[in-house]
This record gives sequence, C-alpha cells and structure tokens, in this order.
Amino acid sequence: MKVLRFILQKEFRQIFRDKTILAMMLVMPTMQLIVLPLAMNFEVKHVQLAVVDHDHSSYSQQLISKIGASGFFRIVSMEDSFLGALFYLEKERADLVLEIPLGFERNLVREGHEKVAISVDAVNAAKAGIGGNYLNTVIADFNANLEINQKAIIAASSPQDQIDITYANWFNPRAEYRYNVVPAVLVLLLTLIGGFMTALNIVREKEVGTIEQINVTPIQKWQFILGKLIPFWIIGMVVFTLGLLISWLVYGIVAQGSLLLLYSFAAVYMVAVLGFGLLVSTYSENQVQAMFIAFFFMMIFILMSGFFTSTDSMPPWSKVISNLTPVTHFIRVDRMIILKGSGFDDVKYEFLYLICFAIVLNGWAIWNYRKTN
Amino acid sequence: MEKIAVSLNHITKTYDKGKVLAVDDVSLQVKQGELFGLIGPDGAGKTSIFRILTTLLLANGGTANVAGYDLVKDFREIRNRVGYMPGKFSLYQDLTIQENLDFFANVFGTSMAQNYELIQDIYDQIKPFKDRRAGKLSGGMKQKLALCCALIHKPEVLLLDEPTTGVDVVSRKEFWDMLKRLKQQGITILVSTPYMDEAKLCERIALMQQGRLMSVNTPDNIVKDFPAKLYAVKSKNVYALLIDLRQLAEVQSCYAFGEFLHVTLKSDKVDGEDWLRHVAERKGHEQVLVKLIEPSIEDSFIRLMNEEE
Repeated sequence: MKVLRFILQKEFRQIFRDKTILAMMLVMPTMQLIVLPLAMNFEVKHVQLAVVDHDHSSYSQQLISKIGASGFFRIVSMEDSFLGALFYLEKERADLVLEIPLGFERNLVREGHEKVAISVDAVNAAKAGIGGNYLNTVIADFNANLEINQKAIIAASSPQDQIDITYANWFNPRAEYRYNVVPAVLVLLLTLIGGFMTALNIVREKEVGTIEQINVTPIQKWQFILGKLIPFWIIGMVVFTLGLLISWLVYGIVAQGSLLLLYSFAAVYMVAVLGFGLLVSTYSENQVQAMFIAFFFMMIFILMSGFFTSTDSMPPWSKVISNLTPVTHFIRVDRMIILKGSGFDDVKYEFLYLICFAIVLNGWAIWNYRKTN
Repeated sequence: MEKIAVSLNHITKTYDKGKVLAVDDVSLQVKQGELFGLIGPDGAGKTSIFRILTTLLLANGGTANVAGYDLVKDFREIRNRVGYMPGKFSLYQDLTIQENLDFFANVFGTSMAQNYELIQDIYDQIKPFKDRRAGKLSGGMKQKLALCCALIHKPEVLLLDEPTTGVDVVSRKEFWDMLKRLKQQGITILVSTPYMDEAKLCERIALMQQGRLMSVNTPDNIVKDFPAKLYAVKSKNVYALLIDLRQLAEVQSCYAFGEFLHVTLKSDKVDGEDWLRHVAERKGHEQVLVKLIEPSIEDSFIRLMNEEE
C-alpha cells in the first residue's frame, strides 16, 4: 500500500504539472455544457418557402396568408412557374415549394376536393421532414376551416364526433432541447476523461520508455494499474460535479432524483470507461495509435448511444450494438434521474449493465496487460 | 573460488517468431565485484542481453542467474538487487531531479538519505539543479541522474546499457572514473559500449558480433592473442594503396584505420616492414610510411569478425 501511495503522489504531480491538460479538463466541461446545448437544436424554425400560385383566387390568397401567419415559414418568393420556384430550391434559398394549381378555388367549391403539390429539398433531412409536416398541418387546418367543410359539419350536426388532440410534454414541459442534451453531455465528459486520458497517459509511459524503468523496480502490475486509474477516477468525479454545478447555474437543471444514486452510477461508469482506456492502452504502442483506436470507439459510442437520436427508433441490430456500449446506459440513466427523478428500482438493470461493463472491460484489459510482458 | 555475480548459460533470444536471431547461445560469467564490458557494434545483441538480465524480456532458451537468483523463478528478488540504466533516458522528464530520485528510492522501499554515501559523488555534481525538471537537463546531467537512480537502492549488480553513447568526451571520461569508484565499493558492473577505446577500461570484456560471443578475456590478453604482426601503412594516396595491397596474395587483411591502413600478412616475415614498403613503391606509391605496431582491441575485433565470416 505504501508503494501505491508513492505512485499516486507521482501521478498527481505529473497531472498537475501539465498545465495544458489541466486547463482542458476544466475548460472542456464548461465549454461543452455551455455551447453544445445551445448549438444543438433540432427545432425547425424559419422554413423557407417558395410559392407558385397559378390560381390567384381568394382561396389561394387565404391559404398563403395563413401559411405566412403561422410563424414557421418565411415566404421567400412568389413565382409564376414551377421552374422558377425550383430555381430557389436548387440554390438552397428555399426549403419547400408549394404549388397551387389553376382552378384551385373553383374545384374546391364545385367538386369538393383539389390537390396542391409540395416539393421538399430532402438534403437537410430534418428540416425537410419537419417543414413538410408543418406545411401539411397548416393545409389540413385550412381545409377544416373552409366554408364548405364547416357547412358539412353543421349539416351532420355532430361536432362531438371530432377528436381534438391536445398534448403535454412530461418531464420537459416546454420540450426544450437543452434538457435532453445537458445530461448527455455530462456522460460525454466522463467518457472523454476516462477513455482518452487514461489510454494516452499509460501509452505515454510506453512511448517515452519510463515503463522500462518502472518494470525493473519491485512495483507490481496491479499497483501500476491502480496508480493510473485512481487519479483519473477522482478527476472524473470532480469534473462530473463541476458539470452538475454548471448545468444548475447556467440552465437551472437540478437533478430530480437522488444525487447519491446519480453519483453511484457515475462512480461505476467511471470504472467501466477507465477499463476501456486501459484496454486501448494495452493494444497500442504509441499515443497516435491509442488516439485513433480510442477515437474510433468514441465515435461509435457517441453516435449509437442515444445522444442525438433516440435508441428506440433504431433497427433491432443497431439496438443490440447500442446496448453493448456503456455510454448508452449511462445516458439513459442520467436523463432518467436528472429529468424524471427515477429511483434505484427504475434503473437497477442499467446498474447491473454498468457493473458488467466495468468487470468485462477491466478484466479483459488486465488479462491483455499481463500477456504483454 | 570467487563468487559469480552474473552467469548466462546458453541464452538464446529470437524475435519475430524465430525469424530474427538476436542472441545466439551465449554463455558468460561475471565475477562478483568485476567491471565487465560487453563490446560490440549496434545490433550485436547487447541490449537484448541486458533486457533479459533485468527480467524485462524472457529468453527463448537457456538459463541465467543474477546475484545468485534464477532469472525466471526469482525475478522479484532480482529486481530488488539490480540497478539498470537503459540506453535511452527513461526517467520522468516532467519530474525534477529530486522528485525522480525520491520516487525511485521510495518504490524500492528505501530513501535517498539511507544510501546517500553511494551516490554522493555523482549527486554532488547535479545537486545545484535538483529542482530542475529532468527533461530540461543536458545529456551529461541526464546520464548522471540516471546513474543515481540506478544506484539509489544500493544494488549488488549494476547493468549499464551503452551509458556513454551520445555523450561528450569529457563526460565519458568522468563517467568511467565514477564506475571505477563504484567498483571499489564492491558493486558488480556489467556495461556495454560500442566504443572500442572504452574496452580497455574494463577488467574483462566480451566481444560480441551478431548475437554471438567471439572472445571473452581481459583486454590485455585479447590484444596479446592477436596472432600476427600488424603493420600500419600510409602513402600519398591511401585509397589506391588499399586497393593495391588487397590484391596481393601475401596480404591476409588490409583495412583503413584512421589515416593509416592496418595490414597483416599470411606468413610473418622478418623484414615485413621493408617488404611492404618495397611492394608499395613498386606499384608507384609515393611517401610510403610503414611501421610495426601493437594491435588494439579494435584490430582484434575486426580480425575475429573476419574469422567468423
């Protein structure tokens, strides 16, 4: 134990001496928590719309002004021909083109139905899908409020038949994206510190050759490994605390659930990602290799973890992959505890998952570390 | 009988799954308190032997003992009794001299104060810089620090892998003086070097080439064993002379050595000097200078190397 104490003393000395890394460890959480939730926003506002009105009737005017008044759309141009409007789409000055055919009003009144065409620029998938949906909703609403339809409803004299849908967002009443992102960014921070920093730190000893000098001393492998993992575990917990403070100060997000539970998860999760970092270090000879291996897995972890897209809407095979990354589970739990206030009973399986990850990753790393001398 | 501090029995080491033979059946014994040199060019297998003796590397075949302990079975004991200074500076560059020394003393379960008299000589020279980071030291100071760190736990055997490579002449001389003083304290020292001129500073040396030991003896005996007379020859155009001499049937070997050519003949002639001058002048060389010289370690090495081939 005495030896371990000396190793820890040495590690902390080195970490605190590297001012760049130290600054990064403090600046990173602050910047990420402040910038990312503001920048990452899937809400679609200001959809640019080009309109081709062949009808020039009062109905078509009503429809266009209704769309303009909805607040989501900015009508960038009124064109005489579809080709003219398509030009706007091609130049990316419009996201949608709405084409109202000649005889729009006449056909609606006489025949009772008419078609309009919506063309969508699908390059920006989110904007196209959501913008198209908005436009559909506005048109449907317009349709329902048309005089002829109103008359038809009155004629049927059963307005109760209509199902009117209203909805409420639970746990995030105003559906603000930052509530979704902030807990996930906290997880990202722990992952970066645990995964990257440990891997690079251990590999640096190999690269510089200091591990040779360590290996000829009576220091045993477990002492060396613990000496590397404990400092980063502590730093991880400090950064996690810092992250929670920032999300409280900047966003007013306070964990609804128990902080003790949150910290127990963070503690186990940190052990798991430290194991991952150690594993990467046993497979790489120098820092560039370690960097690339860690980066490769980080990308997969983060993209598959439900950080950006919900894991529930993934195809089954990718759900499996997603469940095989520790990040997924901690992001899920983090959101549950912080936003929903879930208790241990709600998240006990996730806890088991994380413990498994911690055991498997560390076990594998130590097994592989033994093999390489 | 003298005690043996380090012994290797038929040690073999291969790399790349047996494709590269780095150490080829080496057997060697270093007596306690001896200053022993492993001499050989880069790639001779010196570092591999050091890495095996420091338990960093497992040999493919053979057994070895260090300080009376078996290399494989008692590797923990060996680590407590051996001081190792690798060829490449491997201390923490971001820690100061003092921190490096304290750290290595502590992990060996000792302290700097306990073994101070052993390192005092060397430490005094770097003491003014003790709060400077190791990475910011000059080459000579780094080397002194590394030696201090290797000595901090009072090892029985000191293994130094090319300690003087890349160090200036003055520091090299100082370093060998330090080794001699350490030897007086009873520490067995095994040192490797590619510099032949350092060989004669050792008590006994082993000449290595391509993983094999060519000769193990005292430097004097190795020179004494040189079987032929050695001539140094020089003329106005040394390179042309080299080519001409090599064509002669009587010449056994001829190679450049500084500004001279070193020549041995197949059968020792009584008047070898006259004969060589005569031959050279007949070939049209001017300002021919021939003298009989004492062979050096390097001459012995080249001769042994040629014999192996």
